[in-house]
Amino acid sequence: MTASATTAPPTLRPEPTAPAPTRRRGRFGIHLFLGAVSLAFLAPLLLAVYASLRPYEETAQYGYFSFPRRLSFDYYRQAFIDSGMSKYFLNSLLIAVPGVLLTLFLASFVAFAVSRLRMRGGILLLMVFTAGNLLPQQVIVTPLYVLFNKIPLPYWMSDSLTMYDSLWAVIAVQTAFQLGFCVFVLANFMRTLPQEILEAAIVDGAGVWTQFWRVTLPLCRPALAALGTLQFTWMYNDFLWGLVFLSDGDKLPVTSALNNLRGEFFTDYNLLAAGSVLVALPTVLVFLLLQRHFIAGLTLGASKG
Amino acid sequence: MPNLRARRARRPGPRRYTRRDRLVLGVLLGLPILLDLALIWGPTFASVGLSFTTWDGIGDIRWAGLNNYDHLFTGYPQFWPAVRHNLLWLAFLGLLAAPFGLLLAVLIDRGVRFSRFYQSTLYMPVVLSLAVVGFIAQLILSRDQGALNAVLGSKNPTDWLGNPGLNIWMVLLAAGWRHTGYVMILYLAGLKSVDPGLKEAAALDGASARQTFFRVVLPTLRPVNVIVGVITVIESLRAFDIVYAVNKGRNGLELLSVLVTDNIIGEASRIGFGSALAVVLLLVSLGFIVTYLVQELRGERRR
Repeated sequence: MTASATTAPPTLRPEPTAPAPTRRRGRFGIHLFLGAVSLAFLAPLLLAVYASLRPYEETAQYGYFSFPRRLSFDYYRQAFIDSGMSKYFLNSLLIAVPGVLLTLFLASFVAFAVSRLRMRGGILLLMVFTAGNLLPQQVIVTPLYVLFNKIPLPYWMSDSLTMYDSLWAVIAVQTAFQLGFCVFVLANFMRTLPQEILEAAIVDGAGVWTQFWRVTLPLCRPALAALGTLQFTWMYNDFLWGLVFLSDGDKLPVTSALNNLRGEFFTDYNLLAAGSVLVALPTVLVFLLLQRHFIAGLTLGASKG
Repeated sequence: MPNLRARRARRPGPRRYTRRDRLVLGVLLGLPILLDLALIWGPTFASVGLSFTTWDGIGDIRWAGLNNYDHLFTGYPQFWPAVRHNLLWLAFLGLLAAPFGLLLAVLIDRGVRFSRFYQSTLYMPVVLSLAVVGFIAQLILSRDQGALNAVLGSKNPTDWLGNPGLNIWMVLLAAGWRHTGYVMILYLAGLKSVDPGLKEAAALDGASARQTFFRVVLPTLRPVNVIVGVITVIESLRAFDIVYAVNKGRNGLELLSVLVTDNIIGEASRIGFGSALAVVLLLVSLGFIVTYLVQELRGERRR
């Protein structure tokens, strides 16, 4: 959050110009433009919701924009219960919730060590994590596939007896991958905290754990809330890891399972619309309810100089 | 003040870690480092190694030298189209979607009424997964049941997603739909932190709104510009979900990420070759990652 602190004021060469245009007309134009763009941005979502509420035969016969003759939640019932999406939702939660908690916990300690303990090699560590988050995911897929197949797990942890085809694999790779982003953001955040608080704690004889858990972490609550909502959305939305590391269709997270709603020869697009709306619902709700946190998470990482 | 702090930091403080401190540090630093090395960096280097072999995932790993790369550049017809598509993706997001996001941010930042509504609406697509975006794109663009053809009402429906000359543009629109909102939020945050005094000074000097923006505001947004640039490049290289959700990335929608996935988890299971593709992707990404990190490091030193 120190975006402008490090940049020097730019040199400016003044040039005489005409007086600024009247404000009122400009405002109207802005509203017209922003309103039109907003509508264009919302239209696909509204269309999906509308389609999901109407029977397929009706849209097939009268088209998407006809007046509704019958509206119902049948497709939602069908998608949620008959196609078993409830099961896939559970899978997504089983991946995202532990994933987010683990990532935040581990990342905050690394960030704490890097930014507060003045460790040697701290910057190098920060770079290793940050760069890891920026790598294309496909680069690591094959070796991970082999690795996960070689790691045995007891039956109570994985019915495939290996890490491959278990939710553990997805949780582990999500956590490892997202650590980078969280370390980066949290280190930036912790750097803005006053060092004096920590020094006072050290004088009082606080060990590393107390300095971290009792002194630093409570001050990071806004950053953690922001990152938590953001990470939940990202892990929930992930598509590739579930696809690659799970072979049992019953274990798929809900984004990857959306494919199941597509028939082999015939696709009921209204059912697919209902499925898409269901899948999108949690993230949209999280966003609308926790908007402030969500955006803070993105900009904490971005607006540093 | 910064000077003072820097000097204090350099002084070798009398800090001693107790045994418990060392244990905490060892476990809580060791675990994430181990995770990062074992699951991210180890596999990255392993991919580089595998790219010089002819491994199929089951049999022996046989050394192949540069054969995979040779085949990639000369004998693999999907490669160059995929590179072109990735570049097109980059150009589209970087030259159209990102500036559009900046424009929206500047307009919203003027403090018009309903700005929160506009902001939320424009940002909404970003929280959708790209898979969902892909499905919604099908809902609108599919040939027989798509909404767009219904609106156009033409006798010969256009196959927006099936026509290999057309579908990449449709998918780009969908990707841009998301990217614009993302960029907009980043710039909105950046614009909020621009010192209003700078703008006032520029106005006093008689600068027009446009001059103020391009000569005063935009230069102070440099850190955000860097972030937006990195995000745009990485998103363009990582693009995968939309095209995979639409038609498994075939028939005009080839991307490097799709070719890697196809070769590795497809039936062919040409892991050596797929890894060579991944390494090409990696090298391009690394170029940008290193540039970015060097920038960051400079910022770190100035602090």
